[in-house]
Amino acid sequence: MFGKLTLDAIPYHEPIVMVTLAAVLLGGAATLAALTKFRLWGYLWKEWFTSVDHKKIGIMYIIVALVMLLRGFADAIMMRLQQAMAAGESAGYLPPHHFDQVFTAHGVIMIFFVAMPFITGLMNLVVPLQIGARDVAYPFLNSLSFWLFVSGVVLVMMSLFVGDFAATGWLAYPPLSGLQYSPTVGVDYYIWSLQLSGLGTTLSGINFIVTIMKMRAPGMTLMKMPVFTWTSLVTNILIVAAFPILTVTLALLTADRYLDMHFFTNELGGNAMMYVNLIWIWGHPEVYILILPCFGAYSEIVATFSKKPLFGYKSMVYATSCIGVLSFVVWLHHFFTMGSGASVNAFFGITTMIISVPTGAKLFNWLFTMYRGRVEFNVPMLWTVGFMVTFVIGGVTGVLMAVPGADFVLHNSVFLIAHFHNVIIGGVVFGVFAAINYWFPKAFGFRLNEFWGKASFWCWLVGFYMAFMPLYVLGLKGMTRRMNHYANPEWQPYLIVAALGAAVIAVGIFCTLVQFYVSIRDRKKLTDPSGDPWGGRTLEWAISSPAPFYNFAIVPQINQLDQFWEDKQNGVAYVQPAKYEDIHMPRNTGVGVVMGAFGTVLGFALVWHIWWLAAVGLLGMIGAFIARAYDRDVDYWVPAAEVEKIERSRHAQLKQFQTTQVAPVAAPQRQKVA
Amino acid sequence: MSGNHHSHDAHLGAEHADHGSTKSYLTGFILSMVLTLASFGVVMSGKVPHDLMMPGIIVFGVAQLIVQLVYFLHMGTSPSQRGNLSIMLFTILILAIVVVGSLWVLHNMNVNMMHPTSQMVPVE
Amino acid sequence: MSSPAVSAAHGALDGVSHGGDAHHHDDGSKTLLGFWIYLMSDCLIFSGLFATFAVLGNSTAGGPTAKELFELPYVLGETMLLLISSVTFGMAMLGMHAGRKGSVVAWLAVTFVFGAGFIGMEVYEFAKLIHEGAGPSTSAFLSSYFTLVGTHGLHVTCGLIWLVVMMDQIRRFGLTDATQRRLSCLSLFWHFLDIVWICVFTFVYLRGAI
Repeated sequence: MFGKLTLDAIPYHEPIVMVTLAAVLLGGAATLAALTKFRLWGYLWKEWFTSVDHKKIGIMYIIVALVMLLRGFADAIMMRLQQAMAAGESAGYLPPHHFDQVFTAHGVIMIFFVAMPFITGLMNLVVPLQIGARDVAYPFLNSLSFWLFVSGVVLVMMSLFVGDFAATGWLAYPPLSGLQYSPTVGVDYYIWSLQLSGLGTTLSGINFIVTIMKMRAPGMTLMKMPVFTWTSLVTNILIVAAFPILTVTLALLTADRYLDMHFFTNELGGNAMMYVNLIWIWGHPEVYILILPCFGAYSEIVATFSKKPLFGYKSMVYATSCIGVLSFVVWLHHFFTMGSGASVNAFFGITTMIISVPTGAKLFNWLFTMYRGRVEFNVPMLWTVGFMVTFVIGGVTGVLMAVPGADFVLHNSVFLIAHFHNVIIGGVVFGVFAAINYWFPKAFGFRLNEFWGKASFWCWLVGFYMAFMPLYVLGLKGMTRRMNHYANPEWQPYLIVAALGAAVIAVGIFCTLVQFYVSIRDRKKLTDPSGDPWGGRTLEWAISSPAPFYNFAIVPQINQLDQFWEDKQNGVAYVQPAKYEDIHMPRNTGVGVVMGAFGTVLGFALVWHIWWLAAVGLLGMIGAFIARAYDRDVDYWVPAAEVEKIERSRHAQLKQFQTTQVAPVAAPQRQKVA
Repeated sequence: MSGNHHSHDAHLGAEHADHGSTKSYLTGFILSMVLTLASFGVVMSGKVPHDLMMPGIIVFGVAQLIVQLVYFLHMGTSPSQRGNLSIMLFTILILAIVVVGSLWVLHNMNVNMMHPTSQMVPVE
Repeated sequence: MSSPAVSAAHGALDGVSHGGDAHHHDDGSKTLLGFWIYLMSDCLIFSGLFATFAVLGNSTAGGPTAKELFELPYVLGETMLLLISSVTFGMAMLGMHAGRKGSVVAWLAVTFVFGAGFIGMEVYEFAKLIHEGAGPSTSAFLSSYFTLVGTHGLHVTCGLIWLVVMMDQIRRFGLTDATQRRLSCLSLFWHFLDIVWICVFTFVYLRGAI
């Protein structure tokens, strides 16, 4: 009746887990009680959960990503603590099998449930605004993508309390991840949470490509698009090209585990090396998917806060496109040591070195943008400068490992760990924080507190170097990755420094949480009345903060790059139209939530082999989708009068703000007061 | 009333770019059938030399792919189809990288790592 | 309304959108572009399965090989059924463009019959192989065969379900903008599956028999 599921699935004998479970139950109950007491369920359902508005969906992605950052970081602290302790005779506090699940969960959560939703959320929030569109191409699909992602999150979180998680590393190589060596449900949780959220990601990819290709404002040719939109376009092309490979590879692993097939088993002809090959054909484009939106954010931020146009727009576009294409011919550098031989290794070593060139070109463009600009070192700019230094170090260690001979020494050592954290933290995490600080006012109507933002940045910067520079040294000394305990006591001081670095980062994360709290508390003081708090260049800064639900009352006509900046120079930035029109908007819908919920049921049932429940989940998903197809009331018209009312109030507030400015705050000198 | 305003005459000419016609579907069908029979014939008839069998089925297969893309999916270089064509070409590029890349890498892996498939004499 | 020169204006990569969305006619090409891109992603799923079949195709682990198992006349029959269903779907599309609702539903029904026939033949083939001890657990080669061909069959099955839904929607609502859009997407899907099948019968069945 319940498949493999019994009450024994709850890990009673693991104190760390049980304490966490207690905390989650208490915290969860408190949150649910508060929501009920303040009667927020209706509001949440109507305004957020069923929303098809790209801005709200983007914000929800980012909120979930922040929560998952805490979980993934807790895993990191646990590992640093264990490694700082477990030298020589000491076994540390974390049993090996538990430690293995911790490093697996850390990787899976950070990549799939923190980094991916961060960039998806940012693209959701910003891209339609930058191109002058009212929403994405398929708003319902957008909602569905989000709830599929949530169902993946739920499964991963459940694995902590009911059953176990994979103990195979974040890519779950067979034969270890096969049924024989991982007989428990852990790998199944891994598979189904990734398949569900992966489907959501692929659908998002399609959504954004069509949005960018077909919904740009009139006159905005491809070469007049903001750079963030360009990087988003290439990112989404990579998503659609790469994620199917992940889907197939996990499906083949599933076939081995569920249907007794032999793709990757040791016997009857299976070939585990094919898994490694396929998963990295996905895996390498994946890391470019993570970094390219951040490169786009950096470009916008550098130009805005240097008060200069971005240097080398065209070369930025070409560099981004090159990185996209090249990302498909480097994957073997993740497994030079698996045995493909000198010719194959040489080919991929060379392509890997080539791919670093366009990134270098981008870096020079950012530096040249800053050169002779009037650079303002506020929070987004600090993150950006921190990125430039940190990412370069990470990048060059990557080029070092691109040499197969060097990689034979360093593969799977902590040098590798240091390298990829260097580029992911320095590139993606710093980029996400820069972007959040930059675009927060557009989303919510007030800026984030500067002091706590800077505090967070410095803690992250110092903490990162403390945590990971020792790992470069240890890697060269021969320490392998994923070690829960080690014999050589010489390594311990380095690992203690690394643990302290993690503690400093923890303070940085705490500072970010305080930053949110203080900013919300002081939101009236931090308010953004004009919609353009930074003197921005791109279209999203032309509308109010927060943006009205329809984004643009009148779709702008674009004649050049950075049209809004030009309009400000010429004093025509805030012209009110003579006449407003009715606006066509999509209705909210709960179908995405319902499909996500059935997806969670499906995933959970498949994990525990509860076949009748799996059928319920699958039929529920399909049924809800077909029911949606029969729903003919999926959109509505906003009357011009309502649009006019909102716009008049916006322009009144704008006028009031401009007349109170003796000298324009972060605006160019030539801007005329309306 | 449906949203279609195509007059009967306009079925040929530019409409063909997106929609096809009875004639074009039947042409595609006949060509596909001939090519299918040709492919199966290469292998089943016994009349084709062994070394020419693989190239034969590939040639007929590719030809039928093109026939169906043109006659059933209306692929072409007309302005309305150009976008689809370029997207498809990009996909084929990635497909080629995945298939050829996997074959090359795995072949080398199998030989070097002495996977049973690469062994002439079975490895116990 | 349209002269031939003007009517071909719905480009997939129309650089300039019509903003405002007061004009509905843009929706059709937007939906089709998105669906086309989805089909390309589906193509890449098949590319992974073909790559796996190519790599593992010789790993028969001492069990039955392709040559021993596959009956080409049977496969030729399946191929014909699917090919005919592609043409009958084309007839349905012609009916749609001419606004003939009855014709559309009739041709869709015929398509369904041929598609279901294809699936029936495939299920029978699979059952027979499993019964003979040549199921997917026998070897890596057979795992790849069943998964590749089975995934194609699953897609066709989803297409059959979609066909039924479309027949119902067109009978109820007629040939509206929405039903025409969806039928156009299904048309792309259905033809795409026949194209994948060309690769399947060439590289799995015919190549295996050489």
